Amino acid sequence: MPMTLVEKILAAHADEDVTAGKIVWIGIDVRSARDFGGANVVKNFKKYYPGGKVQDPAKTFFTFDCNVPANTIPYANNQQICRMFAKDQGIKVYDVDAGIGSHVMIEEGLGYPGSTVVGTDSHLNIMGAVGAFGQGMGDQDIAFVFKTGKTWFEVPGSMVVNIHGDLPKNCSAKDLTLFITGKLGTKTALGKAIEFRGPAIDKLDLAGRITLASMATEMGAIIGLIVPGKEVLKHFGQKKAITPDKDAVYEKIIDLDISSLVPQIAKPPKPDAVVGVASLNGREIHSVFIGSCTNGTYEDILAVAKIMKGRNVKPGIVATLVPATMKAWKRLLKEGHISTLIESGFVVSNPGCGGCASGQIGMTGEGQVHISTSNRNFAGKQGAGDTYLASPETAAASAILGRIATIDEVMK
Amino acid sequence: MIFKGRVWVLLRDGKLIDDIDTDMIFHNKYLAITDIAEMGQYTFDNLEGYKDFAKKAQPGDIIITGQNFGSGSSRQHAVDCFASLKVSCVAAQSFGAIYKRNAINSGFPILTIKEIDLARVKTGDIVEMDSDAGTIKKDGFTIGNLEPLSTVQKDILKAGNVFEYAKTL
Ligand code: SF4
Repeated sequence: MPMTLVEKILAAHADEDVTAGKIVWIGIDVRSARDFGGANVVKNFKKYYPGGKVQDPAKTFFTFDCNVPANTIPYANNQQICRMFAKDQGIKVYDVDAGIGSHVMIEEGLGYPGSTVVGTDSHLNIMGAVGAFGQGMGDQDIAFVFKTGKTWFEVPGSMVVNIHGDLPKNCSAKDLTLFITGKLGTKTALGKAIEFRGPAIDKLDLAGRITLASMATEMGAIIGLIVPGKEVLKHFGQKKAITPDKDAVYEKIIDLDISSLVPQIAKPPKPDAVVGVASLNGREIHSVFIGSCTNGTYEDILAVAKIMKGRNVKPGIVATLVPATMKAWKRLLKEGHISTLIESGFVVSNPGCGGCASGQIGMTGEGQVHISTSNRNFAGKQGAGDTYLASPETAAASAILGRIATIDEVMK
Repeated sequence: MIFKGRVWVLLRDGKLIDDIDTDMIFHNKYLAITDIAEMGQYTFDNLEGYKDFAKKAQPGDIIITGQNFGSGSSRQHAVDCFASLKVSCVAAQSFGAIYKRNAINSGFPILTIKEIDLARVKTGDIVEMDSDAGTIKKDGFTIGNLEPLSTVQKDILKAGNVFEYAKTL
């Protein structure tokens, strides 16, 4: 039987036939828990396997990113429980200084094209960016994987999203991502693996691929997969990518044209309530957050630094920025971009999930209009205000003008 | 495996009920309960037409229902309440994804119905479900078919639950 990409990746980790709809055992290359959920993984592990050892400490990790360093006692307790367990078991902890777990895994090459990765992070399917299978799971499931190195999974059906045309100059990977999210809504891809294809997808750099794959969760998909190109393969020292079979069968094929795309923005409280930025043009804003697993890479922040060079955040606007990882942070620091950002009026914080989770770099208050580069704008997620989702470029332009604005307005 | 018992056919307007969610199975007002033994009494007490289910259910009973059974929240209670009543299995046309994970992991038998002749079965009948042969029988006659169990589900059922299964590896 010809196989889709997800079937091929899973089949390489299974001892049985892998076809959509079948429940199969799969071997897991990377098993992880973060500070959210991690303490419960430890609790379950100790309850069900008292005195037991994790199956392979070298493949097992903790990544702290939700609340780093902990600013509440419960988080501090949870992180400490994980550290003690890790020490006991010989597991590596990417501690409060490392950054967002999924990004650290890609950066460090822990998860690589063709690998399988599970953890307690609901956005672990971001691994689709490098052609790997990633999945967030509950703390019982992850405790089981820690112990056995495998888990079962119902092989998802697959669909293809074909992107036609080139990404216009004033649009970025986030505009493309929001556009697709708006078109698919939360039902079209529900429970499926998406394969993103087309020349514009091939041209996306690793950062852009991460942005697109990170929002598969908001599309309702199990995962959004992109076949690695040369740049991605090189990052992992691989030569050949796993590709779907030519005559593989897909449940749906969706064609979208982006040749006349304009910058996109998602209105609160739904990530798929996507409209053109221009249609909201002029709406007053109060704060901006740039970062998260969707838009916190070196490339994302660099794009913002370039815009902010010689420009300022409008007085009165709270502008926060959090690079995803310490590696990205150090590079931005060395190259002078951090100082550009701080000079221009941004509050720059240590790496992690920052403004996406747990209010680590501030929450929004009632009536506050907020632009975020993250992936979720549900009521209450970032505070009591109204969160719009947009690209780093749109967020930066809006911070400068104090209203929802496109990049074209500041980069004339 | 063979499951034989008195059957509950969950019908509305002559059709199997679809989309029975976790709040109809085990309402969120009882979520504080942690003892499985106490969960059974609240089963289906928010499902129109079956609110007295828990009082009438007997050990070994089988449930037959429609599509997307157990959609909604991730609460384990919605699986454990059936184990609490010693219901032998739930057979549905399909299950919610998280419900399926929870049921399989906890070793509670769930069966997927491919087809069933509703004219030939009613609540109270004795029915035999054979997950290996894939048949649903009444009085020796086949009245429907089941999807085969996955190896995963068989492995875990045999061990008891997913954590016990881990110990056999
Ligand atoms: S940035 Fe937000 S969505 Fe991404 S991993 Fe962190 S908390 Fe989750």
